[in-house]
Amino acid sequence: MTAIALNTFREAIRDRVLYLLLFFAVVLILASRVVSMLTVGSEEKIIKDMGLAAIGLFGVLMAVLIGVSLVFKEIEKRTAQVLLARPIPRWHFLAGKFGGLAMVLALNCLLLTAALYAVLLARGDPDPGLLPAIGLLYVEQLVVTAVALLFSSFSSPILSCVFTLSVYAVGHLSWSFLILKERLPAGAGRLLCDVLYYALPNLDRFDIKGRVVHHLPVPAPELALAVVYGAGWTVVLLTLACGVFARRDFS
Amino acid sequence: MTSQQTQAPREQAPGPQALALTRVSKSFRAHLWLRAAPVLRGLSLAVAPGTIHGLLGPNGAGKTTTIRIALALVRPDSGEARIFGKPVSDPRARIRVGFLPENPYFYDYLTGREFLDLSARLAGNPGTGGGSAGGSRASARAARAGEVERLLRAVGMAGRAGIPLRRCSKGMVQRIGMAQALLGEPDLIILDEPMSGLDPIGRREIRDLILEQRKAGKTVFFSSHILQDAEMICDRVSIIDRGMLVAEGSLDSLLAGEIRSWEVAVSTPGGSGVPAALEELGKGLPGRWEVVSRSAEECLLRVRAEEDLDELIRAACASGSRVRVVVPFRETLEDLFLRRIGREDRERRA
Repeated sequence: MTAIALNTFREAIRDRVLYLLLFFAVVLILASRVVSMLTVGSEEKIIKDMGLAAIGLFGVLMAVLIGVSLVFKEIEKRTAQVLLARPIPRWHFLAGKFGGLAMVLALNCLLLTAALYAVLLARGDPDPGLLPAIGLLYVEQLVVTAVALLFSSFSSPILSCVFTLSVYAVGHLSWSFLILKERLPAGAGRLLCDVLYYALPNLDRFDIKGRVVHHLPVPAPELALAVVYGAGWTVVLLTLACGVFARRDFS
Repeated sequence: MTSQQTQAPREQAPGPQALALTRVSKSFRAHLWLRAAPVLRGLSLAVAPGTIHGLLGPNGAGKTTTIRIALALVRPDSGEARIFGKPVSDPRARIRVGFLPENPYFYDYLTGREFLDLSARLAGNPGTGGGSAGGSRASARAARAGEVERLLRAVGMAGRAGIPLRRCSKGMVQRIGMAQALLGEPDLIILDEPMSGLDPIGRREIRDLILEQRKAGKTVFFSSHILQDAEMICDRVSIIDRGMLVAEGSLDSLLAGEIRSWEVAVSTPGGSGVPAALEELGKGLPGRWEVVSRSAEECLLRVRAEEDLDELIRAACASGSRVRVVVPFRETLEDLFLRRIGREDRERRA
């Protein structure tokens, strides 16, 4: 499994897409310094907002774009056959792929965090309070990666991309199912809202960007719970993906 | 041997077979709304340890599906596959197996050496430093590197192993593929069309490597549609067509009984070409013998039936010619292949 993870990491870091995304993310973070000059009195806030948004957005893009093609590409090019003919259980293959992409995303987070802190340091405000928000963005990216892997274990990259981005969008709006539920009469509609709310990961739990930028308190138990919630969803999604993958024919 | 006869389970050698497929069937559905098309229909095969076993058949016969089922890459609809007695679904069964796919395509961003190192780590054989190897990490890494270099030398890629695979020729990729199949000294080596697309030198090298494996006591099971290669190296062959076994056995037993034709060299008196008596005989037996070549001193004749041979020899002697040599020509694997596949075709049409 470690060998597959390291190989996936090696594949990603030899891929130009990664550098393209990294380049744009760094440009966006550096541009936040310019944009902040256009505002009065809240330059640091703009830099932090844009920096955290870049870390979140480009991380998710990376998780989706690389995640949906990870398994599909191996099946299409038949490179998976050589690996799966080895004495490894199939779930090792998927877990290795996930591990490799998790390493890539961690590297991406580290580099972008370094770029953001370099800009903040130049302004004299390297606020360590941003780190929990970055940590949760990383957890969110892991959940999105697991969603991408689940879809890519049985569908094409384009469909997987659409499905994963849909789950990402709905995952950030899942609070609206609870509001909608309150406005519906008792019955099937309410039940459906409940099902949708609990059947999809609530990705808003990983979004504390606004609070850390405004120095609002984020209790440690809430942070810990969000991490456990993310880990739980990741395990469930990966287990489903492994179940689908184990039944596939590689013809 | 009819297909019905060959579908029955065959005699078992003592101890488990290197590979045994028992009444394996598999269908594939091209689309959800289409009916599943059968690819394998109750196929049974047994590959004895220490032999080179060829799986032959025309395109679309089910060779690649058979191999994928043997490696648990495809799950059969019914029947089972075992490697040295263990079901192939158990990953431990594959510890003793090396595999080279058809038209191999490996991670093209890796160099040959990096790819072999990755394969060695997954091989699960202590000899390669992979899987549950004992000892320190450093010693495992050293063992792995040693094994990789040994195989790179064996396939003639030692000097070119640092080139990314995307820049390697088909022949070079095939050699790297062969090396990864031999990692960890597997007892059963499964090769899917290993000679396909190679030039004569490449084919010769792959053949030599396969023969070396048999000398080392390994079992080689390979599919091919290049019958000449199979005939040169196989101990046993299985011929399949449309997912069914149509012939199986050792090459000796399959080809020994059938004499296809005889060639008779007749020296003619006074360099007169085909003697008149033979010309007369030829008119009496139209299409039953033919002149292969002729010169002033000798002509070479071919007959297909034993009774015609007797008659030809008698006529030659009567004409004052001397029969210098009679050579029986046995059936080649290609003849057998075409005959069996053709017969199956005719039976199906009937």
